[in-house]
Amino acid sequence: MKKSCIFLLAIFLLMHCTSKEATVYTPVPYNLEIPILFANKLIAPVIPTNNPLTEEGVALGKKLFFDKKLSGNNTQSCASCHSPQKSFTNNRQFSKGIDGLLGTRNSMPLFNLAWNFDERFAWDGKELSLERQALEPVKNPIEMHANWEVVAEKLQANSEYPDLFLQAFGTSIIDSILITRAIAQFERILISGNSKFDQYLRGETTLTPQEQSGFTVFMDEAKGDCFHCHGSDNNPLWTDNKFHNNGLDSGFSDLGLGAVTGDTNDNGKFKSPSLRNLKFTAPYMHDGRFTTLEGVIQHYSEGLQPSATIDPLMKKVGQGGVGLSTQEKANLKAFLLSLSDPDFVNNPAFRE
Amino acid sequence: MKVVLFLLTGLLTLSSCSSPEKEARATVAIRFSHNWENTPVTSTDFNTVKFTNENGEMLSIERLRYIVSNVILTSASNEVYELSSYQLVNLGEGQVTIESNEIPAGDYKLSFVFGFTDNDNTDGSYLDLNTVSFNVPRMLGGGYHFMQFDGKYVGQNLAPAGFNYHVTRAVNREDPNNLVFQDTSFKVDLGVVTIATTAEIEIKMNIAEWFKNPNTWDLNTLNTVLMPNFDAQILMHQNGKSVFSLGEVNE
Repeated sequence: MKKSCIFLLAIFLLMHCTSKEATVYTPVPYNLEIPILFANKLIAPVIPTNNPLTEEGVALGKKLFFDKKLSGNNTQSCASCHSPQKSFTNNRQFSKGIDGLLGTRNSMPLFNLAWNFDERFAWDGKELSLERQALEPVKNPIEMHANWEVVAEKLQANSEYPDLFLQAFGTSIIDSILITRAIAQFERILISGNSKFDQYLRGETTLTPQEQSGFTVFMDEAKGDCFHCHGSDNNPLWTDNKFHNNGLDSGFSDLGLGAVTGDTNDNGKFKSPSLRNLKFTAPYMHDGRFTTLEGVIQHYSEGLQPSATIDPLMKKVGQGGVGLSTQEKANLKAFLLSLSDPDFVNNPAFRE
Repeated sequence: MKVVLFLLTGLLTLSSCSSPEKEARATVAIRFSHNWENTPVTSTDFNTVKFTNENGEMLSIERLRYIVSNVILTSASNEVYELSSYQLVNLGEGQVTIESNEIPAGDYKLSFVFGFTDNDNTDGSYLDLNTVSFNVPRMLGGGYHFMQFDGKYVGQNLAPAGFNYHVTRAVNREDPNNLVFQDTSFKVDLGVVTIATTAEIEIKMNIAEWFKNPNTWDLNTLNTVLMPNFDAQILMHQNGKSVFSLGEVNE
């Protein structure tokens, strides 16, 4: 009898000890609000089973995204190069790291990342998940130039973070894996789906004649032929998330995807960026070479450079491009700007 | 004890009544393969100008993806078993296999539709195809590409130039207010296959046929902007009919 009592007591104590964290700190599933056009036109977004979205995880990810402790000298956060007001990029051709060194690629805007089904991130596709991507800039010597162990120690010593990690992940032991999981959760909720063109597709507004004409140029295979790589009214991502050589150069100082795959056929290929939010994301291209949308349109119209890997979808390369008229260029620009989403850049939920 | 035996006997009787002998079901796998005049083509052959078409142009393949729909097996008694309502085959992304384990053993006619018939070619309704941007602009009637075949060719100018052999429903836009469409999907009958317990069936695409039969394709004149070209779509439709054939059927 005595033995049984001790045994029961031990079981009770064990249950009490092991269930405390689970009972108290079960994170609340995050309700991802998917825009109606996305739900009606696209397959479901990618949410990894080992990193489901939770209220606590997203909130922690947001705090980390804006926290300068993630850099080597506490002067830069993710948001330093990915500002919400600029659709989570900045307006510099190349970003300066904590040591004043410049990168070689334009910082990419961040939105609708959960709909990147191949899960190849960055201009050259070298990052194979959002979680892995978040590991890179922190330790990159020309960016945040930190050491992940030191970053984890800083956060561990902070008065708030251990509890926040406990609430989000059930453990207060902080490491780079959990930090990047939290950041990735925050990045997955950055959804942009309320541009003027979205409103037009939902029947809530009308386009101007110039915007409508620009959309026609965009969709016309003999004119802009933009839709093969950049989506359409049936693909509200406005990107195919694939890699193309769009005829920027005849020779490549930056191999892009080719440097990642080692396949020379991929040289000069970079990710097609989404055309959403162009109003906020200048300069353009992987190297930020075009400061204006006019420059971008001029490139496709008259500036194509031949090379072995140029995408066959680039037409009339010998003549520099399809040769849009001045009016067509202006119309195309007006349409492209209708894809910008002020609600996204002004969303307080995405601000510090 | 007597009651228990009675109940057991009853249960046994009931269970034998409620499970009539099931018809044997076979596992069927349809596999797509690609060749250029019997030389196998995979994505490892992409990006190199190594193929010569009937008209003599050298060309490369950089992208090849297409739709097959209504993939069915039809029995001698005209029972139809649908293997797939539609399937995107993307040569650049490896092997595509359509599988079913619900087919009774027997002899069947295997057929499919290349592309979508007008009834099935409904604009924006296939989310997976929207997601991979396989749509056709509404100014051309909407719906989906049947095939996107891109590459480079060496023609009269000797410098490689791009081609976009894109197959869609044909549209005549002479009167922009009165578009005239022609359904350019076509049914492919692959003949009779015998299915026992398992069957792996190969459907072969001879890519060279797109340039060959009955119309010798001249990439110097028909290379890009073919989607709005009604006549080109009709030529592609005609050439497509000899592209597919039944390959190996392994039991």
